[in-house]
Amino acid sequence: MPFLEAVRMALRTIWAQKLKSFFSLVGVLIGVTFLIAVVSIVQGMNVYMTDQFANRLVGLNTFQVRRMPSIQTGDVSIETRREWWRRPYITQTDAAYIAANLHTPAVTARLCRSRAIVHYAGRQASDIEVFSADAPIFTIRNYDIAAGRAFTAQEVRAAAAVVVIGDLLADRLFEGRDPLGKTVTIRSIPYRVVGVVAKQGTLFGISLDKFVVTPFTAAAQRWTCPLGGIAELQVQAAGIAEMGLAMDEVETMMRSRRQLKPTQANNFHLQTADGALEGWKKISTILFAALPGLVAISLVVGGIVIMNIMLMAVAERTHEIGIRKALGAKRRDILAQFIVESATLSTVGAIFGIGLGIGLAFLVKSTTPLPAAVAPWSIVVGVALGVAVGMTAGIYPASRASRLDPIAALRAE
Amino acid sequence: MTDAVIQMRDMAREYRMGTETVSALRGVSVAIRRNEYVAIMGPSGSGKSTLMNLIGCLDTPTRGEYRLNGQEVSRMSDDALARVRNREIGFVFQTFNLLPRATALQNVELPLVYAGLATRDRQARATEALARVGLQDRMSHRPNEMSGGQRQRVAIARALVNQPSILLADEPTGNLDSVTSEEIMRVFATLHAQGQTVVLVTHEPDIAAHADRVLLLKDGRLASDTHTPRHAAA
Repeated sequence: MPFLEAVRMALRTIWAQKLKSFFSLVGVLIGVTFLIAVVSIVQGMNVYMTDQFANRLVGLNTFQVRRMPSIQTGDVSIETRREWWRRPYITQTDAAYIAANLHTPAVTARLCRSRAIVHYAGRQASDIEVFSADAPIFTIRNYDIAAGRAFTAQEVRAAAAVVVIGDLLADRLFEGRDPLGKTVTIRSIPYRVVGVVAKQGTLFGISLDKFVVTPFTAAAQRWTCPLGGIAELQVQAAGIAEMGLAMDEVETMMRSRRQLKPTQANNFHLQTADGALEGWKKISTILFAALPGLVAISLVVGGIVIMNIMLMAVAERTHEIGIRKALGAKRRDILAQFIVESATLSTVGAIFGIGLGIGLAFLVKSTTPLPAAVAPWSIVVGVALGVAVGMTAGIYPASRASRLDPIAALRAE
Repeated sequence: MTDAVIQMRDMAREYRMGTETVSALRGVSVAIRRNEYVAIMGPSGSGKSTLMNLIGCLDTPTRGEYRLNGQEVSRMSDDALARVRNREIGFVFQTFNLLPRATALQNVELPLVYAGLATRDRQARATEALARVGLQDRMSHRPNEMSGGQRQRVAIARALVNQPSILLADEPTGNLDSVTSEEIMRVFATLHAQGQTVVLVTHEPDIAAHADRVLLLKDGRLASDTHTPRHAAA
């Protein structure tokens, strides 16, 4: 019997018994839904983590010279933490030395950060991130200026009391009026607004536009920076190739400045986007490793359900099989009919599962800050699994059907 | 006889029931020529059904030979028998045995599906077969939308569609009222007049009277073989 004919016949049978068909393909449906949804969410997270999280937080081709990591995923032992706390701070002289002696093309910026309340004309905005930074920070952190200007290296040298503010903060304090030239107060010190940074959007649902940047030397430095040091020195290499070179150079400089012996470990930390992603990579690897197992369980269950349904179908349709055999159906015709029916049933389940999985992924995307991106390969795998499970589950019932004796089968009702 | 469609020699069929062996057929030798109209009669337990199953290639004999249209079929494999059933035999059953979910046309197409015909040819030939039994306007009806007589005519169309050597009918009027029975018997008579070989299994003498020849079975043996030549009512 031609293949398409068999599929059409199978679809007719499935349609004739909608409810029973639905229950029989629930297992496969759940398995494939799960596969698509998890892959979509993990894949989406991957894209998000690399594009948004790492590059926003750390910057492209950028690393940070720090006393200890600021982004960690997973557990850190108390011994490690104690070792971190014993480390010396990165000092102003470290920063100056690196900036002056780095041969690899790169720009550097000192950076300290803290949180404060920003006041303007009786209004206030709390929980605002305050950066004390050198002028290149705008390039390194990819801050486009939407209005006004960034502060200059000269203003940093002069410790000018100016700020560049984030988009959301500008909205909160000025509500559509022009913030340029106005004076805001942070911890009782007035600063003149010279620029507004273009909207950055959100990260995991948290706005990235609630900040002010002041020149590193301005008054805020007294409370943004740790005592006798700086939080981090940001180094942005000219390109991906220079990144490794710059890191090697900085590592060597820091080790020699701190007179570390070759056997001693670094007592400072070079933080990169890749490093920040390490924890996430571990999580996604575990998810991808566990996924086949979870999907396999539901598919095996789904397969067993389908096999049972097919055995029932063979029993119920013994008479039909008898008629077909009397009219000249060979064993392989009957075998093909039931295997195709089983595979079609399971594939229909898989297709619904794909739809449901995509729907679920988008539901997660729209209701939570978690992103989702449907991976085309997961759809292909979903359909292939549906066909394979159905065919496998159909073999035994179909072979029983094909071996029925036509006389006995015709007598059955 | 060279024009014998069916040639059986000393054909026997035994069934094993636990430790006992039951002989349903104890050696039947008979020849049926092309375009004969034969009725097989006998009381229940006489071996009628067993003989019909053997003629229809649904079963193989324990002993003896059976040549169908020149082919020795008594030792064939399951799949070879399926092929013979498909090409040589047109079954008409007492209970019609139509697929309930399929339309009349789809039911009639079924033997052609297993013969491996393309969709277009199948539909053309099935339509033609339905027209031969006068059901050209019932093609897309399902069995439960038709009367018993119409159902049986669909079954006859299905039996004819692959141009079989023999039309094998098992109590074709057993589930029909007498008026409809007459109608179906007229269809058989017409087909016979057109050259079709017809083998009819029945226990009703009225029905058997339509045939030209009556084979009477008793206790698994041929008790009589009566020729009653008459002109088929066209």
